[in-house]
Amino acid sequence: MSDHSNNPSEHHDGPEGTAWIWKVFWILLAVTTVEVALGIIKPEILLSQFLGTSLLNVIFIVLTLAKAYYIVAEFMHLGHERKNFIWTITLPIVILIPYLTFVLLTEGGYMGVLMNQ
Amino acid sequence: MANGAALEQNTSALWGGGRQPFGASYGKMMMWFFLLSDALTFSGFLTAMGLYRFKYEETWPIAENVFTHFPMLHGEHPLLFVALMTFILILSSVTMVLAVNAGHKNNHNGVVLWMGLTIVGGFMFLGSQAWEWYHFINGDKGAIQLENNAIVYLTKAGSEGKILSVYELVTGVEKPHGDHTEFSTGDVVSAFGLNTDVTLRYPGKAETTMTREEAVKAFQTAKLIQGASLRENEYGNVLFADFFFFVTGFHGTHVFSGVVLNIIIFINVLMGTYKQRGHYEMVEKVGLYWHFVDLVWVFVFTFFYLV
Repeated sequence: MSDHSNNPSEHHDGPEGTAWIWKVFWILLAVTTVEVALGIIKPEILLSQFLGTSLLNVIFIVLTLAKAYYIVAEFMHLGHERKNFIWTITLPIVILIPYLTFVLLTEGGYMGVLMNQ
Repeated sequence: MANGAALEQNTSALWGGGRQPFGASYGKMMMWFFLLSDALTFSGFLTAMGLYRFKYEETWPIAENVFTHFPMLHGEHPLLFVALMTFILILSSVTMVLAVNAGHKNNHNGVVLWMGLTIVGGFMFLGSQAWEWYHFINGDKGAIQLENNAIVYLTKAGSEGKILSVYELVTGVEKPHGDHTEFSTGDVVSAFGLNTDVTLRYPGKAETTMTREEAVKAFQTAKLIQGASLRENEYGNVLFADFFFFVTGFHGTHVFSGVVLNIIIFINVLMGTYKQRGHYEMVEKVGLYWHFVDLVWVFVFTFFYLV
């Protein structure tokens, strides 16, 4: 058997040129600017309770996930890989991390309640 | 038989190697699997911090009161410096994509230029992180640790909980920019006795202020804390400092190893290794690692500094 370790990956058609790279850059920059501005101003109206935390925190998390999507799908090119590969990488993350977060945060809140009794 | 021959041919096509079931080369696929496991490691750290933050909600510092400095600027500028660090990392991610893009076109000079800039960006980020650590370790205004290990701040009565720096209490003048004078607990106790309008307040969300009588009583067993280490933290719960050092330190280690990998590949590019090989996929593989470092920072930024 010959050594295949230096064979390149099969070519996947992505967008041509470099315009798409700068487009993703401006999106990431704009989202970060919005996050920082909201973090400094902390608008009173967004501090109301929502899904167990403040509405502002929910907005931060949604914006963070949007940034993560652009980095992974475009910069890391995962969005242009084969479907089976996309799911092999994302499915464990999508299942395990929310589960771990839910379990640990619930437990942490409960530990706090016990400690303050 | 014709059927048997066809079967044999198929078997060797399937098991003879050289096929890419995922359409990705061995190296690239393994880099992805490594990043998958690394993502789980980082989420373990961040959710562990979440657990303790939920447990000690009252004494957990608010990051915007902790990281308030910006080089050369006087006063408090929360979030500004981390925003700059984020910008540097995003920009170095962009130069990395441009390097990969140039590699696809076998544009040797393009790869050299953009990879070189990526390495510069990596060093800038590491320098910024060192600056951030330096200020966190040296501290800002100083705090008082009570007998039950709670951290409280000095404040003047009627100043709506505005933190009075230890420097200002002891010397009577406003703390100069970038000052890191160390005081003893005795200095603070005697200055506190003289300034009868000074009291103590709790940090965090509640910000309860003590009366002067309570503060005098609390001061009998007080200990001055300046800055943060793994054992004490002037900004609040010591676990915040532990997680700060651990998570940003682990991320910084990733950035550092990313820079080292980039330099190794950069040298290979300069020597023409990939020109000879006919493709620049190695640049793409370290590129994946470099973007991952950026990706982790996006989450560290949110869960340490914003939320």
